[in-house]
Amino acid sequence: MMRRIYLDNNATTPVLPEVLEAMRPYFGEHFGNASSIHHHGQETRAAVERARDSVAALLGCRASEIVFTSGGTEGDNLAISGLTGEGDHIITSSIEHHAVLHACKHLEEMGCEVTYLPVDGCSLVDPDDVRRALRPNTKLISIMMANNETGVLQPVEEIGKIAAEADVYFHTDAVQAAAKVRIDVKQIGCDALAISGHKIHAPQGVGALYVRKGTQLQPLFYGGQHERSRRAGTENVPGIVGLGKAAELALRGFERGDDNTMSALRDRLQQGILAQVEDSAVNGQNAPRVPNTASIYFDHVEGESMVISLDLKGLAVSTGAACSSGAIEPSHVLIAMGLRADRARASIRFSLGKQNTAEDVDFALALVPEAVARLRELSPAYKRQAVGS
Amino acid sequence: MSGGVDSSTVAAMLRAEGHNVIGLTMQLWNQRRLAGHEGMPEQVTGRCCSIDDVYDARRVAEHIGIPYYVVNHEERFEHDVVRPFVAEYLSGRTPIPCSLCNNHLKFDQLLVVAQQIGAECVATGHYARVEYDDTRGRWLLRRPADRSKDQTYFLFGLTQEQLSRTLFPLGGMTKPEVRERAREHGLALAEKPDSQEICFVPGGDYKRFIDAYLAESGESLPDTAGELVTANGEVIGEHVGIHNFTVGQRKGLGVATGSPLYVIQINGADKQVVVGSDEHLYSRTLRAHRVNLIAIHDLREPMRVSVKIRHRHEAAPALLEKTAADEVLVTFDQPQRAITPGQAAVFYDGDIVVGGGWII
Repeated sequence: MMRRIYLDNNATTPVLPEVLEAMRPYFGEHFGNASSIHHHGQETRAAVERARDSVAALLGCRASEIVFTSGGTEGDNLAISGLTGEGDHIITSSIEHHAVLHACKHLEEMGCEVTYLPVDGCSLVDPDDVRRALRPNTKLISIMMANNETGVLQPVEEIGKIAAEADVYFHTDAVQAAAKVRIDVKQIGCDALAISGHKIHAPQGVGALYVRKGTQLQPLFYGGQHERSRRAGTENVPGIVGLGKAAELALRGFERGDDNTMSALRDRLQQGILAQVEDSAVNGQNAPRVPNTASIYFDHVEGESMVISLDLKGLAVSTGAACSSGAIEPSHVLIAMGLRADRARASIRFSLGKQNTAEDVDFALALVPEAVARLRELSPAYKRQAVGS
Repeated sequence: MSGGVDSSTVAAMLRAEGHNVIGLTMQLWNQRRLAGHEGMPEQVTGRCCSIDDVYDARRVAEHIGIPYYVVNHEERFEHDVVRPFVAEYLSGRTPIPCSLCNNHLKFDQLLVVAQQIGAECVATGHYARVEYDDTRGRWLLRRPADRSKDQTYFLFGLTQEQLSRTLFPLGGMTKPEVRERAREHGLALAEKPDSQEICFVPGGDYKRFIDAYLAESGESLPDTAGELVTANGEVIGEHVGIHNFTVGQRKGLGVATGSPLYVIQINGADKQVVVGSDEHLYSRTLRAHRVNLIAIHDLREPMRVSVKIRHRHEAAPALLEKTAADEVLVTFDQPQRAITPGQAAVFYDGDIVVGGGWII
């Protein structure tokens, strides 16, 4: 059996054993519909509300401000289309996840105006750009907290202040920030914040949206009065319980300093690669980043071939974004931060999870330089450069 | 792996023989790109790289237990296949995108990817044979056992280096045998129909495709309208654009005459479409350039060959002579009908592909 190491945790994370254990009874023994009035319903209702407390604790809000969703995409869509209407202006950035970008594109077709702010070479949004983009009809600012590809953290607190001064809603996609950096919605000053379960070691198919108390939100779905009429549909109880457990573990992790351990591990990986491989660099290195992500470009390497080569040797990493067929498309994030197209294609994202160890990092360090060397040997452009220098 | 029967069966056969097989599908064209554009169907109807085909290929890979990846070559495909395809029609020629795709994508880019990920060879589901000939010291391309599926016409551009790293496991099999083998391997797609049309042109309507493609690229269709003339130069009408015509075409000329008229020539430079009777379509000679030789290193003296001038043409006996560094003259024993600039002339010595070039 081939040893397989997974360093693609920004795509999804394995469910932690404690999370799986917490969920297990809710697939069988405790099966009730959380809206039912009988014993079975009461049992699962209590579990859902305990999970809500845990998620609220992770985000620094009240439990009543948490809406459970099916994941990050639903949370982003609910916030963006739920807070805007025809004729409203939305400010977002060019490096958002497609859950935000495509929701905004759709709203443009439905009569909204949207400003897509550029980013600098570190993929940072300039808060002054946000201020300058404000219009009398601006209704919403949606800027992500951490970018999925570079891990770069946006100045959300400053943007939150600008939103508050201008009296416009502020939503942040915190899918890639949750459980990696501490989040306090009051400090950020946001009105909505989306997280996803499967990025924080809970299962796929569950997420949560923080909605500030008193915020009027149009639902996406119509049906029963679940989630205070903000999200109709019978609650995904096992998923919600898993999300609650993962939130609890994340919070406990911060108290233990897990984020520092994680960034030390990431730095070991990053420095190990940069030391062994010439003509490579970290995308967004000079900006604050979440502790688990390193996006590194290797000049004259085809990222696609690199990902396949490493996968065939047991190391799972990623590049760009997968389109519907599974083919890799050039990353809109790396292009937006001004990276040359060839370097965008030559960029590999390494992202760690709680399950990763120093041995995993060393496994990667043993494979990556060799793979880069082989791919460069087969690159006509690299050979030309080597002859020229 | 296109998601069709042929490449799927190749993967299953090689896997069963114990080879270390990696499945690759090339994502070449986004079918949704032109959907609903300028008279194109709203629904995605083309076959190339459709989600369904990728799904089929993925299921096969999973079924036979091999790693599988989709590699994105959309940029190269557009640059090396789609753009030249459009440009050729607009200059009055009739292109063959499949040959360009083989030369620039399948046996170039895909071989590079294969080498990069550590594979020794690329195997495809083409009906052709490749073998090394010790006496000549060259790799040979030969026609397959199933002559009705022969794809060597589209493969004449392969270099010795490319052939040395290519496997065509279906070369000795007939299509019914391939389907039988697919069933033996339990492949769910064993009965899937063959694809016929140009993969990126939905419904085979290349004119609508060109309109939609140019509109989407923000380019207007160049005005290639002009005169319809007879072989003697007599103007008998007008046409809306030379890209609507191909040599040998009878329908859609827009003129009514007593005897049937055919397109016998397209003059791109002065936008003239020359029409004439059926006998005007016959010619004994053709010139071809950008020649690739496979079975021989050089064409030092004239050679007796049989020459195919389109995919569905019966190779006809001819004399092949070199006229310039990269150009040949083909003189047929009998005049051939509708020799069409833009198509390939492929030279055969029995079932061996001597080489080929592009008809001028």
